[in-house]
Parts: sequence; C-alpha cells; structure tokens
Amino acid sequence: MQFVVRRLAFYVVAVWTAVTVNFLIPRVVPGNAVDAVLGQIRSSTPQLVNALKKQLGVGDQGSILSQYVHYWDNVIHLNLGISTSPGIYPTPVLTEIGRTLPWTLGLVGIATILSFAIGTLLGVFAAWRPGGWLDRLMPSLTFLQATPYFFLALVLLYFFSQKIAVFPFGQSYQLGDTVGFNWAFIGSVITHGLLPALTIVLTSIGGWMLQMRNVMLTTISEDYVLVAQAKGLSSRRVMFTYGARNAVLPNIAGFSLALGFVVAGAIVMEVVFSYPGVGFTLVQAVGNSDVPLMQGLFLVISLAVLTASLLADIVYVVADPRARSRQA
Amino acid sequence: MSATAVSETVPVAAGPGRRGPAALVRTLRSGWVQLPLKAKIGVVMLGAFLIVAIIGPYVAPFSPNHVTPSQYEAEGLTAKHLLGTDNLGQDILSQMLVGTRSTVLIGLLTGLIATTLSVAVGTAAGYLGGWGDEALSLVSNVFLVLPALPLLVVILGFFPNAGNLLIAVVLSVLGWPWGARVIRAQTLALSNRDFVLAAREVGESPSRIIFYELLPNEVGLIAASFVGTVLYAILTSVALAFIGLTDPTAWSYGTILDNAFTENAVQTGAWWWFIFPGMAVALLGMSLVLINFGLDELSNPRLRAARGLRRIGRRAWRPADPTPVLRDYVEEMA
Repeated sequence: MQFVVRRLAFYVVAVWTAVTVNFLIPRVVPGNAVDAVLGQIRSSTPQLVNALKKQLGVGDQGSILSQYVHYWDNVIHLNLGISTSPGIYPTPVLTEIGRTLPWTLGLVGIATILSFAIGTLLGVFAAWRPGGWLDRLMPSLTFLQATPYFFLALVLLYFFSQKIAVFPFGQSYQLGDTVGFNWAFIGSVITHGLLPALTIVLTSIGGWMLQMRNVMLTTISEDYVLVAQAKGLSSRRVMFTYGARNAVLPNIAGFSLALGFVVAGAIVMEVVFSYPGVGFTLVQAVGNSDVPLMQGLFLVISLAVLTASLLADIVYVVADPRARSRQA
Repeated sequence: MSATAVSETVPVAAGPGRRGPAALVRTLRSGWVQLPLKAKIGVVMLGAFLIVAIIGPYVAPFSPNHVTPSQYEAEGLTAKHLLGTDNLGQDILSQMLVGTRSTVLIGLLTGLIATTLSVAVGTAAGYLGGWGDEALSLVSNVFLVLPALPLLVVILGFFPNAGNLLIAVVLSVLGWPWGARVIRAQTLALSNRDFVLAAREVGESPSRIIFYELLPNEVGLIAASFVGTVLYAILTSVALAFIGLTDPTAWSYGTILDNAFTENAVQTGAWWWFIFPGMAVALLGMSLVLINFGLDELSNPRLRAARGLRRIGRRAWRPADPTPVLRDYVEEMA
C-alpha cells in the first residue's frame, strides 16, 4: 500500500514538473509569438497586434501566478493554443498534434515492437550457448548500438536510395497519392516506412539482446534450472519455460518504458527521413520559433512517457509475483 | 581512469600504507593486467581520440574553413584532400581533426559535471535514508522520466548558437539521474556492511565514512557511470548538432554531418562527406561501450562467458555453475 501511495505521489510530482517546465520555458527565455506571425504577414498595425495578442493569448495577463493558473486551466481543457508557424497558422495546436501523432505512433511503434521481440529472442539463444556464434556476434551488435541513429540512417539511405534506388529518400508517402484507404496509398506508406523502421530496429536491437542475454545467463545458472535439466525436460522447455520466462522481466519493464519514448519518437530519424511525425514537427516548430506548437508537442510527449512509465509499473507488478508480495 | 577503477571491485576499507606514487603505479599496472581485452581495446581507442582532440587543430593540413575557389561540388578522395572535400572545397579531414576537440570536450565535461552530481545525490540519498532519501529519489526519478531529447531540442531552440559549455551543462542537468540511481543502490547496500557499521560505531564522522569507507568501494560503479554519461553526451550532442541546433560555425562531428545532410551529400552521392565523420562518432562511442563492457565483466564474473568457458573432453562446462553441468550430456538425454 505504501508502495502504491509512493508511486502515485511520484506521478503527481512528475506531471506537475512536466507542465510547469512547459509553462516556464517560454517565459524565462525571450521570444514573442506575435512577432512570429507578424513576420509572415509583413504588416503591422496596432489593431492587428492587439487582435493577434488576443488570439494567441499573450501579452498583459497579470501576475505570473495568475498566468500559471490560467495555463493549468488551458492544459486541463486541452486548449493548447494556435500554431504560429508559416503554413500552419492559424491551425490549433491540438489539430496539428492529431495530424502528426499517427505517423510517429505507426512507424516508431511497430519498429519498437519488432526490435523488442527479435532482440529478446536472440538474447535467449545467445545466453543458451555462451561463446556460440550468436554470442560472438554481440560485439558487432554493440557497435550498431554505439552508432548514432542518423549515421546508420544516412548510410542506409545512401545505399538503398542513392546507389540502388529501392527505397524513396524520405517523406511518409508519395506526393500526389490520394490520402485514404486505397492500395496505392497504403503501399506507398509501407515502402516509405520500411527503411526508417529498419534503422530503428538495427540500432535498438542490440540493447534488448544484451540485457536479455545477461539476465538469462544469471537465470540459467540457478539451481532450479539445473533441476529441470536433471529431470530430463526438453531443452526447449527448460530454455523458455524455466529460463526465459523468469529472465524476461527486466526486458518487459524496459519495453513498456520504450513504448512511451515511441511518442518522443526518434526525432533524429524523422529529421533524416523528413518523416512528418512528432519529432520532425517539433524541430520545425523550434526553427520557426513556434512556441505554442513546441509547448503542445512537448506536453504530449512527456505525458506519453509518464503514462508508459505507469504502465511499466503495473506490468511489473502483474508479471512478477515477487514484486507483488514485497509490496503488499 | 578505468584502470584505477578496477582494482577496487572488492570492498576493502582504504587504509594507510596503500598510498604513494609507487603504490599507485602498481595499482594501475595490476588494474591494466586484470582488464579484459575488450576494455583494453576501448582504452587504446579512446586514447587515440583524446590525442586527436588535443593536437588535432595543429596537425590539420588546411584550415577547416579554407574554401577552394571556383569549386561548387563535393570532391572525392585525392592525394591533396585525403578524405575528400565538401561542396565548397573545404577539407573534410581538417574539419574532423578540428572538430574532434569540441565533441570530446562536451562528452568529458558532461561526464564530469553529471557524475559529480550523481555521486553527490546518490551517496547522500543512500547514506542519509529517510526523508532526505525519499526527496532526492523523487527528484531523480522525475528527471529520469522527462523525455531528454525533446526537452533538449526545446531548450536549445531558445539558445541559438549555444556553446560547448552551455550544451554540456544542459546535458548534465538531464543526464545525472541515471548514475545517481545506481550509486544510491550501491550506497544503501554498503551502508549495512560490517566495516561501515564498525566505522559508525567507532564514531567516524559522516563525511569521513562517505569519503573513506563508501566512495572507495564504489569507484568501479562511478567509473562505469562516468563512461556511460560520456557516451550519452557524445551521441546526444552530435545528434543535436546534426539537427542544426548548435552553433553552425563551431566545428564538431555533428556540424560536419549537419552540413553534409543539408547540402544533400546523400542525394549527390558524396559518401565521404558523412561516412568518415559518422565512423568517427561510431568508433568513439564503440570505445566507450567496450570500456563499459570490460568494467561490467570485471564486476560480474558470470558475464565472462566466452573467456571462462572451459572445454574438457569436447564438452562445454558452464563455469558459473556451482556444480558444473555437462550440457552436451543433458541435451543428448533430451
């Protein structure tokens, strides 16, 4: 019970921090949303400035405390303001987030799930035969892990898009395709997603594999595994039911966390492939000094990570009976 | 640094008589001998990068900003430009030699600041316990769960042309909790060991217990967290520069890659422009990963699989087992 209370307190503080950081950033650092829009309109009259101030919700709003209360009110009502980026203004930030989020969730989500599944399975096999070929492959996978995302992405892009033009250079679908539920569009989305997904899988798979292998090595040297072997159970049964099942817990906890970082996206990946997801839009928003959009995206990202962390906690308690009895 | 780290993996209260330069050399040498091969390779690679970071700008054949007149296309590898040029005829090798310093510097600075923070918070939380521990753990957990890269992007968006120090500070502020958590756990475990309890009983002051009893036994862990933080800082700072959020006139691996990407090096097939700096980052990262692997293996003998695997009569013995199992035999039975 004490554990649950403590965790809940943690999430309250974490959400408070995320929202407060979001509130503070544009107020600590100078920069003006009105100027960002005026720069696009190329004209400025006092009436226009006043109208913009009202629309964007900036300007005189009383003390910082009342602004803070007002900001919380807006966040709770999902009133995230209006984007000031050229080409997007005056779209509400929420609409913009709704447009970009599915791309990131789809691509990075699927890639993360694949990477986790394959990596964990490979880790099991690597640990089962220490010093075997799979185990000796680990250092090269580690090299991939130490390789920056974008480097691998650039190299793959160079080989598969420049040298042999198998994959397109970027974007999420062929321009000119009708967006909707038709085969041409779906095919286009898949071919555009394959290469970015591959880069994510390649760079993250080593981590899953390494962690699984290390925990698995410890697990299979336990006495009960020895007993299982001694009483003549099949290798596969010992490997999966006795070894992997117990060793997979840290990986599962890591996986629920990783799901949260899916929304944070592979920012760099999205930049390399000009993929119109959350990360790419965030970088663009920074480039355009679009504070409302930046705030909105960061809020969504941090809340997603927090939700995933909560999920990781729950999963751990459900999956590991020891965690339950310890915390009861 | 990692060489000294490894000699202290067994909890030993630091006593007199283990000081002096000769003892230090002995410790260093025995540490080096104990170091697994992976870590040795890593240390040598990292050393090479450090040397380049120091002497790079003096040995660069050209100024990194030296533009070849009337050249509008990136040029491949030639005798004059060993690693080719960019689209303005600037020498890639020189850019890399000059840029190493900034990348390495950000990594080491962040490692230093963040590790200091994590040691301070980790030992304080672990040793104090009670409310202090609750509060410090809460803070570090909140920092852990904030998405670092998006936050960095937002923060650096407000500081265009950020310098090395600012980047290192921002990276440290977001990077210390990883180490703090591990060090806190170790401090908690150590606090209940007999030698610490004895020291308390004798009436040693808390600061003496922390600095002379606890910290020497956490050197391995601190070193590992330092190496991990440096790796995080290097990869993140290069990524940030690549996105274009740092000063574009200050050379670093990230700036070169940013130039290559924005000037369409991939589309025009100028592979040397991004392959070489990218390889440099990857090798630098690799050296750190190898060092950390080595440190890991030292502290957890079970990970020394390939090395410790002994073969007796064509059968593999699992060395970590208290009672060795002849696995081939078990499999034959299955």
